[in-house]
Amino acid sequence: MSSAAAMTVSPREAKRYEEKDFGFWLYLMSDAVIFACLFATYLVMAGNAAGGPTPKDVFSLERAAAETALLLLSSTTFGIAAVSLWAGDRSKVLLWLAITLLLGAGFIALEFGEFSGMIAEGAGPDRSGFLSAFFTLVGTHGLHVSVGLVWILVMIGQVFAKGLTAPVASRLMRLGLFWHFLDIIWVVIFSVVYLPGLL
Amino acid sequence: MELKSGIPVERTLKPYLIGLVLAVVLTAIPFGLVATGALPRETALVVIAALALVQILVHLRFFLHIDLKTTPRENLVALAFAAVLICIMVGGSLWIMFDLYHRMMV
Repeated sequence: MSSAAAMTVSPREAKRYEEKDFGFWLYLMSDAVIFACLFATYLVMAGNAAGGPTPKDVFSLERAAAETALLLLSSTTFGIAAVSLWAGDRSKVLLWLAITLLLGAGFIALEFGEFSGMIAEGAGPDRSGFLSAFFTLVGTHGLHVSVGLVWILVMIGQVFAKGLTAPVASRLMRLGLFWHFLDIIWVVIFSVVYLPGLL
Repeated sequence: MELKSGIPVERTLKPYLIGLVLAVVLTAIPFGLVATGALPRETALVVIAALALVQILVHLRFFLHIDLKTTPRENLVALAFAAVLICIMVGGSLWIMFDLYHRMMV
């Protein structure tokens, strides 16, 4: 297990990784607070359709379910990549990261179709308070997922070029935190935005 | 893997699979409720909110591996602080805005 040996680090290095992980955790918590503000804004604005389209007119239960399924599956496939990382199996890490990337890209494709369809129907962010708040909240989440996709791509490159070294493993673990965190935000989005809107 | 870090490293697939099954169930119930309209609106909203809270805890436990024993204490404190902040900001904003709304409607 040469890869496992490569991941043995000195106590000083271990301390550094621990500090990085804590710093990243603090970032995630502050990001959660930002999303909470956007959720509060959406809840206040949701009823203000200004005579335009209401949530029932623009949301689709099937598409929301498909987006949810893609994101949840991608969280699980990232988990498989993390377990493969522990086992030191480089090709499996690459395979499951690539599958996670595809699932995440599928999510973004669906969301992009949803947004462009709404804007084409005249239900863009400039139509009403409800739609401004909707695009801001769900768009911010989509932006995070897009950044996550770029990060996954970069990590696939690093695993490919550098192997499963300690710095690469440490970055992959933080990417995992980020990816699972976005899935939690999505749970709140479908519970606060899509399901009550379609009820 | 000897990498010591603030994030508990998961060695087996088990937690991810448990998390996936629980998350699928906790997602299917609210989507089914909306699709069938089985419950009156108010009850359904309460059920959706309750299941979302449970699912957040499931994700934290099985995907992010938050564990009251193994997760570093400062991470837990940051999480609890964020939760308090979120409750104050979301709860407070909704209280103020809907109170204002009712007062202006009268």
